[in-house]
Amino acid sequence: MRSNRPTNRLLVGAAAMLIGVAVALPAYAHEKTAGSRVPMPSVHTTPGEKCVEPTDVMRRDHMKFILHQRDDTMHRGIRTSKHSFKNCVDCHADPKTGSVLGKDGFCQSCHSYAAVTIDCFSCHTDKPEKQPGNKAAAPGNIQSGAAAITGSSAP
Amino acid sequence: MYITYREIEGRSFGFYALLAILGAIVLAGLGAAWYMEHNGHHVTGMNNQVVWGIPHVFAVFLIVAASGALNVASIASVFGRQLYKPLAPLSGLLAITVLAGGLSVLVLDLGRPDRLIVAMTYYNFKSIFAWNIFLYTGFFAIVAVYLWMMMERRMNDYSKPVGMFAFIWRLTLTTGTGSIFGFLVARDGYDTAVMAPMFIVFSFAYGLAIYMIVLLAGMNWSDRRVGEAVFGRLRKLLGVFIAGSFYFVLVYHLTNLYITQRHGVEAFILLDGGVYTKMFWIGQVLLGYVAPLVILFHPSLGKSRALVMLACVLTVLGGIAQMYVTIIGGQAYPMQLLAGKEVVESSFFDGRVGSYAPSLPEVVLGVSGLGIALFLAAFALKVLPFLPQSLADADADPHHKATAGEAGKPAAA
Amino acid sequence: MTITRREMLAAGAATLAGAVVTPGLRLIELATAKSPEDAVTALRRWGMLIDVAKCNDCDACVTACREENGWQGHNRPATDAQWIRKVKLKDTETGYVQTLPLMCQHCEHPPCVDVCPTGASFKRADGIVLVDKHICIGCRYCMMACPYKARSFVHEATTDQKPYAPRGMGTVEACTLCVHRVDEGRIPACVEACTKDGHQALVFGDLKDSNSDIRKRLAAASSTQLRADLKLNTGVRYTGL
Repeated sequence: MRSNRPTNRLLVGAAAMLIGVAVALPAYAHEKTAGSRVPMPSVHTTPGEKCVEPTDVMRRDHMKFILHQRDDTMHRGIRTSKHSFKNCVDCHADPKTGSVLGKDGFCQSCHSYAAVTIDCFSCHTDKPEKQPGNKAAAPGNIQSGAAAITGSSAP
Repeated sequence: MYITYREIEGRSFGFYALLAILGAIVLAGLGAAWYMEHNGHHVTGMNNQVVWGIPHVFAVFLIVAASGALNVASIASVFGRQLYKPLAPLSGLLAITVLAGGLSVLVLDLGRPDRLIVAMTYYNFKSIFAWNIFLYTGFFAIVAVYLWMMMERRMNDYSKPVGMFAFIWRLTLTTGTGSIFGFLVARDGYDTAVMAPMFIVFSFAYGLAIYMIVLLAGMNWSDRRVGEAVFGRLRKLLGVFIAGSFYFVLVYHLTNLYITQRHGVEAFILLDGGVYTKMFWIGQVLLGYVAPLVILFHPSLGKSRALVMLACVLTVLGGIAQMYVTIIGGQAYPMQLLAGKEVVESSFFDGRVGSYAPSLPEVVLGVSGLGIALFLAAFALKVLPFLPQSLADADADPHHKATAGEAGKPAAA
Repeated sequence: MTITRREMLAAGAATLAGAVVTPGLRLIELATAKSPEDAVTALRRWGMLIDVAKCNDCDACVTACREENGWQGHNRPATDAQWIRKVKLKDTETGYVQTLPLMCQHCEHPPCVDVCPTGASFKRADGIVLVDKHICIGCRYCMMACPYKARSFVHEATTDQKPYAPRGMGTVEACTLCVHRVDEGRIPACVEACTKDGHQALVFGDLKDSNSDIRKRLAAASSTQLRADLKLNTGVRYTGL
């Protein structure tokens, strides 16, 4: 700056802020309209009677059920189907794609929207056990209790 | 005597070039780690037979050297040797940066490095690894406090008790590192109590070698003098530590040679193990023990600074060779399933020497540990006054008597 | 009400018949399935007995395990996972050759459990040694520690995992004694395959149940552990070695 006069510094500061706003504004301009940067989650899943817990409870706490059940199953051999991860996948898999991942997958579309990484599927399969066309489904395995609880069976 | 410490100026082209080179090595290492983690470890030379490779060779070497680097400060604070007092702050700094380098490599090679938080929150206290996590992180904190005691005048009185605590902590830490191997009952090359004290003496040698290299480089490149009193003492000390290392290696192998059950692994390392035998005799013994001992204790060779620096570099190379033989050789030698029976066929390589060839990502990752250590040290030297202004005899030697040529200078206090 | 002697004898015969048939019924379901909501207890200890004399060059157990648990190879034998393998041993003095299957020995004092820093390698109350892959950090220290080289590291991304046997890149895995089957009252896939093929070299059962087939066989013939000098008290025993 030619001089340190307060007016000059004020003008430069204001100009910098306006440039910052101008650059950032387009990113937020269309937030509420359709076609925004991050699509709202659209979940395709098998319609069943209801989930094992109420929806609002699941929305808040499903990770707690998963975390608690995994220790019970791994370390104590408790394999109740209510909070069984396998059971969740069996029920919630998209009937078209046979998976809970993918753009419209039950797990992935919500997690993408919320920007929360999920680690489960590096080890767990995202495909249900019971679907006939699924390579991963092993014949002769005892069916999990999913059918009994939800009353829906694989398409 | 009054020692002033000052930051290095660190504005020369040479200094920036050094930082740039070291920084590039660090970035390459991070890239290698990403490549290994993204594709899975099948892109490395490590496999189900030899599960720990070059990254662990470098990581364990650096961790062992880090605890040894603190020795110089311990000699000053715990054993009260005046000559070592000006050398102490750099010793503490190197202990921290070299440990940081080693741990970085160890963590980056994990199958799931994203689970570091899990490693810090779930503990199985029967595992020496779990104890090591506490020992390593505690070491950072304790040495940081130790440096503070040493470098702030008001706290200097506390440097002795803190120094003693740091000394005991680092002996525990190195015991823990050696016990990683010593506690393994499964393999003939491990399963021995001598691993812990052997690693402690290794740490003395490797740590001091790295310390001397950094000290000489730092002082010479910032035009500061190092006198014969300091240099000669460090040189002889390194010789003693190398001799101690050699002793422990002799005891380890001699004892194994008495145990018929272990003749197989001894023949493997000492005679017919191919690359492991070469690494042992040429790398560990010749370059790591014999050559440095000759240089350091020879009346005229030992006077040459260049040759002594070479001895330090050879000690480091010998240390890496030793870690290669211990870590990789120990895994490669097959385990015997049933006495009196040999395996003639197995799809999982039972009974066969495990094959291992270092891959480029592993080597880059391993070397980057050294890069991290040196980069952090070089940067820290510019930011804080770790290096003394002068280690000339007149300034550093507590027993120095002013000679005729120095009349007119103020007498050493 | 009076009972005739004939009725009494008939009732006695029926009771006796029921009692005689019962051990056979017990053999069919080798273990009483525990209910899913019950935790496993130390009242049972699962083990396996391998009769090396009945084992020959077939590898039905390996194939069955691979299909059951989904560990496929990538044509990279050095890094491909193997939960069970056939090993051919030759006596160095006499030249006598035998083959046997080798898998995790499910030790009572497992070195792999001792060394795991996070506790991911653990022994269940009923004796099955497992890897909790949720907390495995992939350090491979357990692989260094295992005297039988039983564990494998997953060196690449996994696909098409079995729903009851999750496995993922960067973690360590080994034979689970088909814990998902055992908890449902069934037997491991390798044992089932060997039995179906007619070799009957593998026997699975509860080592703490004095009535179990495996206990009776262990009491009847000499058996040994691999690397018995390590005193790990393995759950897998071998006869005919």
